Amino acid sequence: MKQIVVLSGKGGTGKTSLVASFAVIANNAVVVDCDVDAPDLHLLLQPSILKVKDFYGPKLAFIDKEKCIKCGLCIENCRFNAINDDFEIDPFACEGCGVCGAVCPQEAVTFTEQKAGKTFISKTKYGLMVHALLNPGQENSGKLVTMTRLFASVVAQEEKQPLIIIDGSPGIGCSVIASVTNVDYALMVTEPTESGIHDLKRLLSLIKHFSIKPLVCINKYDINEENTKKIENLCANENIPVLGKIPFNPIVVEAMVNGKPVVEYSPESNVTKEINKIWSRINLLL
Amino acid sequence: MIISVASGKGGTGKTLVSVSLALSLKDTQIQFLDCDVEEPNAYLFLKPKINISRSVNVLVPRVNEVLCTHCKKCAEFCEYNAILVSPKKVEIFSDLCHSCGGCAIVCPTNAIDEEEYRIGGLIGGKAGNIEVIYGELEVSRPLAVPIIKEVKKHTSNGKVVIIDSPPGASCPVIEAVKSSDFCILVTEPTPFGLHDLTIATEVLEQLKIPFGVVVNKSDLGDKKVWEFCSSKGIPILLEIPYQRRIAELYSKTIPFVEEMPEWKEKFQNLYIEIERLINK
Repeated sequence: MKQIVVLSGKGGTGKTSLVASFAVIANNAVVVDCDVDAPDLHLLLQPSILKVKDFYGPKLAFIDKEKCIKCGLCIENCRFNAINDDFEIDPFACEGCGVCGAVCPQEAVTFTEQKAGKTFISKTKYGLMVHALLNPGQENSGKLVTMTRLFASVVAQEEKQPLIIIDGSPGIGCSVIASVTNVDYALMVTEPTESGIHDLKRLLSLIKHFSIKPLVCINKYDINEENTKKIENLCANENIPVLGKIPFNPIVVEAMVNGKPVVEYSPESNVTKEINKIWSRINLLL
Repeated sequence: MIISVASGKGGTGKTLVSVSLALSLKDTQIQFLDCDVEEPNAYLFLKPKINISRSVNVLVPRVNEVLCTHCKKCAEFCEYNAILVSPKKVEIFSDLCHSCGGCAIVCPTNAIDEEEYRIGGLIGGKAGNIEVIYGELEVSRPLAVPIIKEVKKHTSNGKVVIIDSPPGASCPVIEAVKSSDFCILVTEPTPFGLHDLTIATEVLEQLKIPFGVVVNKSDLGDKKVWEFCSSKGIPILLEIPYQRRIAELYSKTIPFVEEMPEWKEKFQNLYIEIERLINK
């Protein structure tokens, strides 16, 4: 089984629009949305949900006021400033570490597991899709990404699908790290802006750190062709294949508004042609 | 006054809005905190003269193998699976550690103390009347929150503080926006923009932070963002149309308010409107 993840350091470069189009072209690959904070792929692939599983995040402390003698040891030892002077827990600050429970002489602290989100196994016109939703404001999106990917592997094995396509999240932090471990290729979608280049470089070091084969595609390349050249040179120096350059075309947003992958919405557009080319190059590698 | 700029979806224009706001408030002492520590970009536009640059470290456990009896109490206690105890050796996974200090507390033989571990940097400088401070997560380190906390420790009283938040809706966003007086949510009028805006509004409602919306690329997409905001009574503070000129300037890290000064007034008005909404 092969896995390819689509990433971008900077947000909004077009990861999801591209993954949705890949889902159409690849036909029957297992598609995974690992941007669990702000998942959007379902808006294009229109899945019908087959199975739902709850995700439990970190524990949350609760102090029983009847037992508490207000000794203050918990406040003193909490490194997250999650306990106020009235011995109440701030759920946004508590990281569920358990220290307050360990130091409490009265055993006044209990911990509850909290439902922090959901994972879905769904069916779309184009094959199976595994996605998730973290409840707004929750912690541990990395863990939810790992759980989502695990379900995707199981589903792919059961259905004997040889390919998993993963839509990643922006950044380089815990959820990105969780979405790149053990994948075969990382396709980085960048745009020809200075900030895009800056973020691409950081993402590239991350990909190298995890020894994953990097691939690049430049979206809206004609917004600044000078910067596009810069990216191409950067990639040439590092021996990273640039699989394609997608032109700016409002048809992408139009497709999104109509809830369809752009290659399906506008099969004749220049964007579709380029995405097809990119996919055929990925296919050769796989 | 602390104003944070956030968005569920990435790439909607948080940095564009926060930088433009900072550059438009001329006679004000401004502090700009870039809390998007995974991919900090604002300094590329503000170009501060750097005068602070230091390491951000967290505490991680260090085990004294002479005192350790390999009882595994530390590993059992650790909620983050950062400690692995085998019969002869203890292995610490520093990147998973949340620095809670619990392992040292539960160790019956006092075999654990703590050492510093670098997870990123804090960089600061001046750009005219703007004090710029940003954090930068070291590549391959997963935890952004301690760096965001470090940046926010520098929050200055008496200045107008503008916080550029990371995208998403999980812990780094909470850390960045919490204790703001107001939050600007930047969105674009597309189904993705609206979906992620909805998630972001839920986060702010939980945190009880007042907020309003800036619609970027306001002439692309559809009208559903406006419908959503009017049905929820969320004020739309500013609309920025898609203009090739703005996109081109952005691509060269030139703040568009410098080249298109008529926009400065719009951002000044945005600030006045925020003040009005806070004092309402």
